[in-house]
Amino acid sequence: MKDMAPDSPLLRVEGLGIGFGARRGRIALRITEGVSFDIARGERVGLVGESGCGKTITGLSLMRLLPGNARIEGRILLDGEDLAKASPPRMRKIRGKRIAMIFQEPMSALDPVFTIGAQIGEALTLHETVTRAECRERVVEMLAAVGIPAPEKRHDEYPHQLSGGMRQRAMIAMALICKPELIVADEPTTALDVTIQAQIMDLLRDLSERTGTALLFITHDLGVVAETCTRMITMYAGQVVEDAPVDAALTRPRHPYTSGLLRSLPQLNRARGEFAFIAGRVPSPAAMPAGCRFRSRCELAGPGCEAPQTLERVEEGRLARCHRAPDLDLPGAVA
Amino acid sequence: MTAIPDPHAVAPAPSVRAPADADPPPPPPRPFLTRLGDWASDDIPAAIALVVLSVIVACSIFAPWIAPHDPTLQNYDIILEAPSPDYLLGTDDLGRDVFSRLIHGASASVYAAFLSVGVAALLGIPVGLIAGYAGGYVDEAVSRIIDTFLSFPAIVLAIAVTGVLGIGLTNAMIAVGIVFAPQLARLARARALVLKQELYVDAARCFGASTGHILIRHVLPNAIQPVLVQMTLLMAVALLAEASLSFLGLGMQPPEPSWGSMIARAYLYIQLAPEQMWAPGIAILVTALSFNTLGESLREALDPTSR
Repeated sequence: MKDMAPDSPLLRVEGLGIGFGARRGRIALRITEGVSFDIARGERVGLVGESGCGKTITGLSLMRLLPGNARIEGRILLDGEDLAKASPPRMRKIRGKRIAMIFQEPMSALDPVFTIGAQIGEALTLHETVTRAECRERVVEMLAAVGIPAPEKRHDEYPHQLSGGMRQRAMIAMALICKPELIVADEPTTALDVTIQAQIMDLLRDLSERTGTALLFITHDLGVVAETCTRMITMYAGQVVEDAPVDAALTRPRHPYTSGLLRSLPQLNRARGEFAFIAGRVPSPAAMPAGCRFRSRCELAGPGCEAPQTLERVEEGRLARCHRAPDLDLPGAVA
Repeated sequence: MTAIPDPHAVAPAPSVRAPADADPPPPPPRPFLTRLGDWASDDIPAAIALVVLSVIVACSIFAPWIAPHDPTLQNYDIILEAPSPDYLLGTDDLGRDVFSRLIHGASASVYAAFLSVGVAALLGIPVGLIAGYAGGYVDEAVSRIIDTFLSFPAIVLAIAVTGVLGIGLTNAMIAVGIVFAPQLARLARARALVLKQELYVDAARCFGASTGHILIRHVLPNAIQPVLVQMTLLMAVALLAEASLSFLGLGMQPPEPSWGSMIARAYLYIQLAPEQMWAPGIAILVTALSFNTLGESLREALDPTSR
């Protein structure tokens, strides 16, 4: 976490557009458009938004793991190197070594025919030359670091012998074994029960603090973001609509969509029967409205909203894609 | 770990809320013989099959030392004789010892079974895995070729291939292997189609694995289970194919013995000495049955969740 200068982020995404079904250079279906954000070294960023807004596809594109018919526009700069143009062999060197990923389903992300130790060791040997003894030692060390009890024993067990939480810990160990600079965690806790969720989030935050690994959390759980992240990026309909430090974003959101998301969190102290929600649904990528994409669902829509919105600086370190952002005083989740 | 503080150094964190797990220390690894004993007592038919196959393989290797007589030595004084202490299973139409020929014939059968299934595996598995994993045009092309092969009756195709390659046991069994290959290829392809959707294959890509590495390390071991079972079943079919081809005169050439050619010979004298059929017939039956039983057992043993 030595280098926190804003001008040299670990990862800089510029104008990232992902589309499918390209023919003769023209993209038939645009999923995301003009997604731009930075991740500094050691920073924990939450990428939130409702289903279908392009969070996961953005995460996958960072590792160039999109399906074959996907097309990428824009730049993905990892320490200045454009991953959007990197060759497949170059990408293989980066995947796992510099950017690692944790999946939503720890149940199916581990190969059933190999022991936990063999799989974590595999991730290591793909990038480093180590002896068998060294490999084992480092894997066991890593299993201990992710809080797996009896790591020596677990090393030689098969995935089906581990509980869901243990498997997710094993996945985290696999992601961390090569000491990557960035971990993309795509809903890492969705498939786990609540107490295990808390443990895993604590673990990830803790490891990130101790190792200086940056984290990109892709989630729709705002509670996770509040507890773990330092910054929150809100996506809506394939665009970044707000980018702000997490406390500020939660208490005083600057975009009506973020505010809507926060207000729709169930709250215990609210009166019975009231359950806030955002009316309508995310527009389909095939029929994106002109102008502000949130306009049809926005309670505050008015003149000026029919024009395309740009992501503007609202105050120091905060960006919002709403022309009214500087004047709005929107309710957040916590008073 | 060095004394220099490494920014990536990961030490076990007391702050991490790990569930207190009172695991007993792992039991010491049990000796191989104990585990073999456990397996055998769990699955008695498979254990018997394994013993039978071991005996047959031993016969095929040590035939010259076990067999009481020269399997090709003819003696016209003792033609089609009934079993006696000197000739345990009697003699055939040229006065050769049936027992010795049976023991020597085992090597032809074992060789035939392993050669043909080996050829099938070497051809079929890679082709199937690549077709399934690659998909698209590659899969289309390979699948049509497989379909074409599967539409031929196996023996007819083997006869045709032997016609091209020349008569002889090796050529006949390579032909049988080529006939078997599409079966294994189709199985491997079907598994690869399923496996390429698995998250752990994506995860491996995510950790920087190349396509070749994924195919060998993740797709092959996960796909191999039904393929291995099919291979043991094919061993039994190969044995019968060897018998059929030798019976037709396309396999083992006289005077060298094989079970199939023994049956073919005995068939000529079925009215004079019907008991001549029994020895090679039962040998084929028992061996084929053993391969099948072992295949079934392998299917269960290879399932990691049943361990």
